[in-house]
Amino acid sequence: MSDIADRVKKIVVEHLGVEEDKVTESASFIDDLGADSLDTVELVMAFEEEFGIEIPDDAAETIQTFGDAVKFITEAS
Amino acid sequence: MFDLTGKNALITGASGGIGGAIARALHGAGATVGLSGTRVEPLQALAAELGERAHVLPCNLGDAEAVAALPKQAADAMGGVDILVNNAGITRDNLVLRMSDEEWQNVLDVNLTATFKLCKGVLRGMMKARWGRIVNISSVVGATGNPGQANYAASKAGMVGMSKSLAAEVASRGVTVNAVAPGFIRTAMTDALTDDQKDKINAQIPAGRMGTPDEIAAAVLYLASPEAAYVTGATLHVNGGMAMI
Repeated sequence: MSDIADRVKKIVVEHLGVEEDKVTESASFIDDLGADSLDTVELVMAFEEEFGIEIPDDAAETIQTFGDAVKFITEAS
Repeated sequence: MFDLTGKNALITGASGGIGGAIARALHGAGATVGLSGTRVEPLQALAAELGERAHVLPCNLGDAEAVAALPKQAADAMGGVDILVNNAGITRDNLVLRMSDEEWQNVLDVNLTATFKLCKGVLRGMMKARWGRIVNISSVVGATGNPGQANYAASKAGMVGMSKSLAAEVASRGVTVNAVAPGFIRTAMTDALTDDQKDKINAQIPAGRMGTPDEIAAAVLYLASPEAAYVTGATLHVNGGMAMI
């Protein structure tokens, strides 16, 4: 697993308080990991900070799963 | 009770009578204050009076770019914003039939849109800190209406609706959002009224007098305090019984 994926996973595990093995490629933050809509905003904020990137609101809306987040951040950074 | 030591508070409209009283109250409770307003001289005079823990942050809330920049300026000056008091407001009174689109828009821009943008601008830091207080200064006329003030009343009612919505969104993060709705308060503006005009106003108020800026500041201090953690989405009416709502 790439370094980016590890760092994203760490943020998700810490923020949502879920087991690491639940955070799979296709895991949806809201449907599978118990996030509410504000959690998803906070995750995006945490990603922006960790990776020093800007994630515009329309792009943030497309980040639904762990895999989406890793893909977006890999392309952006 | 109501100790704000270590908290940073941004207050808009701090050059006015009520804003100045709010700044003094929060500062007196131990907070570092960011004094925002359009008139620099009174802000500097207030900062000099307060001494340490006071920063002057001039901003014209009718200027969208200046509004967007203010949260960061405040955070840079103070190290963060834990408490936001949206106190600045303008009036452009006119009967609806005579009110221009510009008079309507200017009041909505400064009183409501700038409030929304400043709330948004400080939220990120508050959510991360899991602690924040936003107090929006509304008005009794937002609840009752007032002839000649359709724009002002709409903006003040709008602040209450916005505060409640935002309160629901961020309550789980330790951030509260409340409104204070003053009635008639003694300021430089009301001092200019004739005794006859003042008597007519006082006759509408069960308490028989106008309120003081300090009485508004006390309500703000309470809502900004750690003790008010369980109060959110509320409107605290401070009006001498003029409207019991």
